Amino acid sequence: MTLQGCTLVLLGGFFGGIARFFVSGFVGRRIGETFPWGTLVVNVSGACVIGILAGLAQSRGGIFSGEMFRDLAFVGFLGGYTTVSSFCLQTLNLALDGEGLQAALSAILSAGLCIAAVGAGFSAAVRLLV
Amino acid sequence: MRLYLAVGCGAAIGSLLRFLSGILIVSVMGLSALWATSFVNVVGSFVIGLFAALTAPDGRLLVSPAGRQFVMGGICGGFTTFSAMSLDTFILLLQGDIPLAGLYLVLVIAFSLVAAWVGHILAMRINR
Repeated sequence: MTLQGCTLVLLGGFFGGIARFFVSGFVGRRIGETFPWGTLVVNVSGACVIGILAGLAQSRGGIFSGEMFRDLAFVGFLGGYTTVSSFCLQTLNLALDGEGLQAALSAILSAGLCIAAVGAGFSAAVRLLV
Repeated sequence: MRLYLAVGCGAAIGSLLRFLSGILIVSVMGLSALWATSFVNVVGSFVIGLFAALTAPDGRLLVSPAGRQFVMGGICGGFTTFSAMSLDTFILLLQGDIPLAGLYLVLVIAFSLVAAWVGHILAMRINR
């Protein structure tokens, strides 16, 4: 644990949180807020980017596999950008409101699309960008 | 603007707490990084469930909208992470450990949802 690592995580987390608030608010206002589309878009896009970065870390190495980049981008920005807590709260609220089907859909879509997005981002970075 | 700052500052703190939890769980306790990600997601979900119900219009705590965003969108949002969890799962899949990948993803999501629910129920009792 270094001061540099902590600073990079703070910085990345700050901007990641702001980006999440902007994207989820933007999507929510456009599509509606009953189903948590905003959080879903945040988590799927964050999963895609982390897949791309992990692919670059593996295929290109260099700065992408360095500790500074990991602390700033992976732990800080993407960790701060994506969220399990909002996903859980919104999914729980759907279930408590008697929308069990939508709650199940939220959980299944989030899990399935995020894994697919990591895979797509990773494959793209490994195969197409090199 | 105020809300953006509240979320940003909260997320910076939440992310740092997640980073430090990771160091504690992985480097000090010697557990796998999967435990670190599981821990932050379950704990953050419990806190958001508790705090959301405590500060709801009929809740016991009176907190401003910016204060709610600071804790919920900021600290809890920054503390928990869907991206690291997805990457963990994908790496397990790449390594061919499909049962562990499935178990990990399903269990973390299930426990996080239950944790948010337990937080909610606890807050409802406190609110009474």
